[in-house]
Amino acid sequence: MQKVLRKYWAIFTLPTVICFAIAFLIPFITGLGLSFSNFTTVTDAKFVGFVNYKKAFSGDSDFLPSLGRTVLFTIICMVLINLFGFILALLLTRKMRGTSFFRTIFFMPNLIGGIVLGYVWQLILNGILMKYNQTLTTKGSYGIIGLIILMCWQMTGYMMVIYIAALQNINPDMIEAAEIDGASSWQTLIHIKIPTIMPAITICTFLTLTNSFRLFDQNLALTNGAPGNDSALVALDIYKTFYGTTGYAGVGQAEAVIFTIILAVIAVIQLHATRRKEVES
Amino acid sequence: MKHCGKKIVAASLAALMVTGTFAGCHKTTNTSSTANGGVSSSGTGTKGQVYYLNFKPEQADQFTSIAKAYTQKTGVKVKVQTAAAGTYEKSLRSEMAKSDAPTIFICNGPVGYKTWGSYCADLSDMKMAKQLTNQSLALKDGSKIVGLPLAVEGYGLIYNQAIMDKYFKLDGAKAKSMDEINNFAKFKDVVEDMTAKKGKLGIKGVFASTSLKSGEDWRWQTHLANIPITYELQDNNTDLTKGVNEIQFKYGNEFKNIFDLYLNNSVTNKKLLGSKSVGDSTSEFALGQAAMVQNGNWVWSDISKTDGNVVKKEDIKFMPIYTGHSGEETQGICMGTENFACINSKASADDQKASIDFLNWLYTGEGTDYVTKSPSDGGLGFIAPYEAFKGKSPDDPLAQEVEKWENKSGIKTVPWDFTCFPSQNFKDYFGSRLLAYAQGQCSWDDVKNGVVSKWKSEAAASATSSKS
Repeated sequence: MQKVLRKYWAIFTLPTVICFAIAFLIPFITGLGLSFSNFTTVTDAKFVGFVNYKKAFSGDSDFLPSLGRTVLFTIICMVLINLFGFILALLLTRKMRGTSFFRTIFFMPNLIGGIVLGYVWQLILNGILMKYNQTLTTKGSYGIIGLIILMCWQMTGYMMVIYIAALQNINPDMIEAAEIDGASSWQTLIHIKIPTIMPAITICTFLTLTNSFRLFDQNLALTNGAPGNDSALVALDIYKTFYGTTGYAGVGQAEAVIFTIILAVIAVIQLHATRRKEVES
Repeated sequence: MKHCGKKIVAASLAALMVTGTFAGCHKTTNTSSTANGGVSSSGTGTKGQVYYLNFKPEQADQFTSIAKAYTQKTGVKVKVQTAAAGTYEKSLRSEMAKSDAPTIFICNGPVGYKTWGSYCADLSDMKMAKQLTNQSLALKDGSKIVGLPLAVEGYGLIYNQAIMDKYFKLDGAKAKSMDEINNFAKFKDVVEDMTAKKGKLGIKGVFASTSLKSGEDWRWQTHLANIPITYELQDNNTDLTKGVNEIQFKYGNEFKNIFDLYLNNSVTNKKLLGSKSVGDSTSEFALGQAAMVQNGNWVWSDISKTDGNVVKKEDIKFMPIYTGHSGEETQGICMGTENFACINSKASADDQKASIDFLNWLYTGEGTDYVTKSPSDGGLGFIAPYEAFKGKSPDDPLAQEVEKWENKSGIKTVPWDFTCFPSQNFKDYFGSRLLAYAQGQCSWDDVKNGVVSKWKSEAAASATSSKS
């Protein structure tokens, strides 16, 4: 097998390389070039230097405020989703009747598309707020809170499944040994379960972080940034800049490049930081 | 044996991934249709082709069948592709980047021209341009015609004659017929009296919901705003073709007059308007819950299709939107267009010629029937402002009303000057301020000042980027 791999590695990696090039590398390089240009269509661009980047950070641009909102939103989502997902996983790995039924139920929301979810939650939340003579667009914060509720509802089930798989993988001998040594269930949780499932925590925090940070469809469907741009996260803001203001396609592109870089940096730091805590089981 | 199995698995996995890759490339997002008539197969290589990127999804089928008919007659290939609702700008951007780019595309006025100007061919010598009944309807760059309207549309206050007649018969009614209402003061009296008597009239409110949901607020931030801003631009004799860099929103208080009237005499509590869409207001009107709704002639098909529609064809009428402007007794409804057909100047000469021939055929030649026939008969149902259409009118009741108002003596129609509003962001901002105002979170002065400064900054943004 080793020999074969050494001989044909190029052929084996080719499909992945092609996929990566088409879906990421080529668009990214084109995008990078366009962020320094003024353009109407992507094949017809004129180089303008750093003008677009300057505009993206200027006072009347919504880019920085929306970035701030997104950071706050991401932190809250990351904590809540992982907390709920982990608690559900702990509950549903106990020996109880109907656990697999509830696992399926909790996983279901994940199968619904973002746009549909956005509209469904818009109806639900507006229906509740209407009793108090308010709507989701009464304040920007309502839209963001609604989005947090939506994301928790949607993502918790998915994270739960990953945590369940990890919890079931823990060697029962370890738990048994701990029990014999007189560890309380809290101590077992903190000192045995959590360190052993650290790889799952890495992957779950990573997934929730990136998913919340680049959230778009749910945001578009739930409030579309209303009122004004007060509930727009950064991805939606970039989209609006790109298409909304005449001649601002390049600025939107510049913001998108910054956005990608931030996302890449966070992902690298986060992977690095959590990986150090992982324990071989 | 074990090795062999692994090889097979690896090979099939690799094959699977490759298929996956290419399957991804095959996806098409838009509904496309190429009309291939019988004649076109006999060598049309040098003839040029037409590719029309259609703006109106509701007319997709009609344009496709028109294209087919044209191909059968002349042998020229006509491809019609329709962008999904609200995604025209996006589709156009990506289609224009392709090697077989659209040869006919739609530009929404001076602001769209700022983006697409370098793609617009000079159409001044085109037959269709010369047959335009009113030259001011064309999209111009200086004296050069660069875009031609496909249809004229009108909007105003749509009212249900049956409900109004019921009111006029009541004791103490403030007016006895619609003819008496020709200014804001009178209109306000009538509306407020109607609200007081809404139980007797069997309505929930005089006006259908003032939809202020994001993306559903164009009836106010674009259409209603057009009236005070047109008056201001006319006062200053502004040349719209160059774009408008700044406004004072001088008649902002007149906007407030009518907007307050809408909010306070509505079917819906004004704090809840952020959840209402245009569709909601259309059905409220169709179900007879409201006597009036501000909208345009295009809305008739939606009203007539609503389940439980009580509005009869002969009862649906237009009246002008009065705002309290002095001399508004002679004001008509708002008429114009924001869809200008442009020819792609970067297409090959043959293709440009073929596209011009196609439009000429449709608007000045044999194809004119397709334009006025009602959509159910495979036509477009347009009010077309060209010589060939004089005396022909579509059979839609609101379109007929538009023509009636256009031809009323002593009445001046209001042009669609909102085509010079600086950007979509400006309009969205205006809409969000109106929502905040309706919810009682900001004062009218905030709205007014915000509109003035946002206009200025958005106009400046697009000006600097088109220069650099």
